[in-house]
Amino acid sequence: MFRRTEPTDCTIEWEGRALPARAGESLAVALLAAGITSFRETPVTGTARGPLCLMGACFDCLVEVEGAQNIQACLTQVTPGMRAGIQHGARGFVDDAA
Amino acid sequence: MSSHGSPWDSFDVAIIGGGMVGSAIGFGCAERGARVAMLDEGDVALRAARGNFGLVWSQSKGDGMPAYAAWTRQSVALWPALAERASTLAGRDVQYRAVGGLTFCLDDAEFAARQLFVQRMHNQGQEGLQMLDRHQLRELMSGCPLGPEVRGASYQPADGHVDPLTLLRGLQAGMRAAGGVHLPGASVESITPIAGGYRITRADGSEVSARRIVIAAGVMTSPLAKMVGLDVPVRPVRGQNIVTERLAPLLPLPASAIRQTGDGTVQIGVTSEDDGSFETATTTAALSRMAARALRVLPVLAQARMVRSWAALRPMTPDGFPAYAESRTHPGCFVATCHSGVTLAAVHAGRLAEAVLTGTLPEHARDLHPDRFVGMTHVSSH
Repeated sequence: MFRRTEPTDCTIEWEGRALPARAGESLAVALLAAGITSFRETPVTGTARGPLCLMGACFDCLVEVEGAQNIQACLTQVTPGMRAGIQHGARGFVDDAA
Repeated sequence: MSSHGSPWDSFDVAIIGGGMVGSAIGFGCAERGARVAMLDEGDVALRAARGNFGLVWSQSKGDGMPAYAAWTRQSVALWPALAERASTLAGRDVQYRAVGGLTFCLDDAEFAARQLFVQRMHNQGQEGLQMLDRHQLRELMSGCPLGPEVRGASYQPADGHVDPLTLLRGLQAGMRAAGGVHLPGASVESITPIAGGYRITRADGSEVSARRIVIAAGVMTSPLAKMVGLDVPVRPVRGQNIVTERLAPLLPLPASAIRQTGDGTVQIGVTSEDDGSFETATTTAALSRMAARALRVLPVLAQARMVRSWAALRPMTPDGFPAYAESRTHPGCFVATCHSGVTLAAVHAGRLAEAVLTGTLPEHARDLHPDRFVGMTHVSSH
């Protein structure tokens, strides 16, 4: 769907799979360039979703990054070796108080 | 179809105001066979429906005004049927869940004050409302990560919550499906008696005539009511809202000022700022106060992101209770105003709509006549 205009210079991990990327670009762009379009499954119906606005407004590009949930991929910069994966449903919590 | 808004249009009922109250009454009149026009300012309107917290709520309503308490309970009882129809009309679930409702108490003083309130409400006919201590609350909501400061709550099993915007959409769709027309885009400038009814002139020069008129214009009620000889003092009271990102279920019951919506967001409310201003901006001071209290109820929310905050204006009468009246000088012209448009939607679409068509206000609504405001200054917010 997308073609890179600049060379890649590192790899990131998506769902346990290595993908080529470029340090400093947005994670959303790196995933789209690698042909990934399903970033998350919606909390209500479980439907697959991907980026819409690419500017931080739509919250459709939510992913898990290094274990943190509901991260906006379009606002996250790629670092070499970054590990990310699909956001399944709504974000859960660890209840420290319980 | 006729050309909407042309000088030749004549309707059985013109509703002035396309918010929650106007849409409910318009829907009710249209489905009873009346030809309805809903005159609406459009997106610039200062709609309380926008800031509605989505509670279908009886537990805090009508202390000192038993007619309002009874009117509210009547509406809550009719809500399951309304929810089903509104969902069908909206084309999606309005997410009405009558799972019971809570008002959290965060220390002994709050608990004691709420207990007294519950006793007063009992004396005014409120059934089912009870206090739950922390232990009972945890039993009711096992797994809910309540903060250590939560002392208890008042609990009304009949209360619940709903998605107010989907409800609004359902009511308006219902009005249109029954032949009503929605005419947005211009405020009303004058109301003139003509043979067999009234002529309404709008800011864009258009005219609509109708045999009956219902003014349901929220914070803009007062100047419109004056046009038909009714004195209904209404002030704007600002309410601020916060909504978080969507979260896995963590709060099974809605509560005053905090609820988790059917889509997983947590909505945190709501201020009651009575400064006479029509300003709808949010303030950091108020938002942080609201968030701080929400964190005492559910400390895990510290990990949640806020995605949006906004403010809306609610119409407030001098005693905080609704006002309903038919004009004596302009027969067939009614006023309906309240800040509980969601809870009261079922009676507005039912008995009140019927009253507009027959000319006789029902019991309870009759007791909420704006004549009671004479000599009264704004005292409180409910």
